[in-house]
Amino acid sequence: MCGIVGLFLKDKSLEPQLGAMLSQMLISLSDRGPDSAGIAIYGAPSKNEAKITIQSAKPDRDFRGLEAELAKAIGTPVTIAVKSTHAVVRTTPAKIDEARETIQTLRPDIRIMGAGDVVEIYKEVGLPEAVVDRFDVRKMTGTHGIGHTRMATESAVTTMGAHPFSTGADQCLVHNGSLSNHNNVRRELIREGMKFETENDTEVAAAYLSSQMAHGKNLGEALEGTLSDLDGFFTFVVGTKNGFGVVRDPIACKPAVMAETDQYVAFGSEYRALTKLPGIDNARVWEPEPATVYFWEH
Amino acid sequence: MPATTLSKTAAHDPRVFDLDQLSLRELNQALHNLAPGSNETAWEVLNPKGSHSVAVGVDQPVAIDVRGSVGYYCGGMNSGSTITVHGSAGPGVGENMMSGSITIKGDASQYAGATGKGGLLVIEGNASSRCGISMKGIDIVVHGNIGHMSAFMAQSGNLVVLGDAGDALGDSIYEARLFVRGKVDSLGADCIAKEMRAEHLELLQGLLDRAGVTGVKPSEFKRYGSARTLYNFNIDNADAY
Repeated sequence: MCGIVGLFLKDKSLEPQLGAMLSQMLISLSDRGPDSAGIAIYGAPSKNEAKITIQSAKPDRDFRGLEAELAKAIGTPVTIAVKSTHAVVRTTPAKIDEARETIQTLRPDIRIMGAGDVVEIYKEVGLPEAVVDRFDVRKMTGTHGIGHTRMATESAVTTMGAHPFSTGADQCLVHNGSLSNHNNVRRELIREGMKFETENDTEVAAAYLSSQMAHGKNLGEALEGTLSDLDGFFTFVVGTKNGFGVVRDPIACKPAVMAETDQYVAFGSEYRALTKLPGIDNARVWEPEPATVYFWEH
Repeated sequence: MPATTLSKTAAHDPRVFDLDQLSLRELNQALHNLAPGSNETAWEVLNPKGSHSVAVGVDQPVAIDVRGSVGYYCGGMNSGSTITVHGSAGPGVGENMMSGSITIKGDASQYAGATGKGGLLVIEGNASSRCGISMKGIDIVVHGNIGHMSAFMAQSGNLVVLGDAGDALGDSIYEARLFVRGKVDSLGADCIAKEMRAEHLELLQGLLDRAGVTGVKPSEFKRYGSARTLYNFNIDNADAY
């Protein structure tokens, strides 16, 4: 099964509530996937700052002293905000790639959840409510976000196997379904130079989109490509720095409902996820068509 | 849960179940507890908010009005009740219905009326993919459009569509009758357009009447059904399977 949600705000006055709204949407779909859960939140951009979300199974050991060591190694101030097993590293955008490489040298057991100017990604094994509580997601503000609650099919129940998957700056993806040609596509992407953290099929879809966008396609064009290049069942919800997209495979057996008002565009695997959104009774509610790309950009 | 949330003021007032106050299991158990000849013939369900399995397995001739949108499998296995959803329905509405009727005022998601054996399913909006898949005698009337792979392996019964049909309509169909007023994107394997004879016009008029459709003539529809070439395996048809 799996449950996926997405929320793209049009009305700035809702931005302080993004974390709370997305958390509630995801928790309402807990029975679609009890294995693990994750959320990506796109916060306010800052000119002088980029972020890396990192994760460790032993945060006490790995995060202690990292801020000073990293700042010294890259010669630039760094701040690290620890949230349970995750931490958000902030530094100047010019140093973000160097910081990422240095973290992995200084602390080989740390995993990178995602990086970019605005995105923060939190995911763990457990029910959505536990994951949301652990990372205090309800208090997060932002412009858009996506979430996932997982019933594992294609790879192990681990933190790294949870969604969202991020394979490019400020890009991430959640998936309901299963891909059958992911091994082939992964091999092709590795040849192109893409790096993979897991054996998971969804990570391949995320990397495919990152690769397409790196070749100059926009989000809509990249999503269009999934229809011919990825084989299997999928409903994807995708976030980029300023955009939000949805696509379903041509068979479209993985459920999807969308709602749009003047204030937001929302996605849920089921209508249940949308019932507490403001103005939902007067929203335009529809089922996204098979093999049809939907995307919005700020 | 407090008993006061069950309102039962007079014999003809509906028995109201607010799903914000009571659980779905309490609603369905109360419906299943109905004895033949019960006076509690009118039921109203408030705040369904996408709940799954609302009013499944009802086997008494009662009227159930659901005020809002429902999730998976609403009215599944219905046997004799009249269910009206004043909203939209999730996947599998009326799945395996035996008799009675279900009306959806909004849209229905995928596989509406799947495997239905009898009764009438009316969708006043659009139905999504696989509408009437493996239908076995149910009558389905859709005011809007239906999605791809509808009436796949449909065995008997009637599917009436006032709008358009998606790809692969009636793939591997047996003896169900399909009536479509608008365009059909494509027909599935072994499904063909058929002559609309007097008996079909009469049958279709009856279906439109039962579904409360007015201002639409049976002559505006085309009939589709089985070419019956896939019933028995023939090596020349191997590519069609």
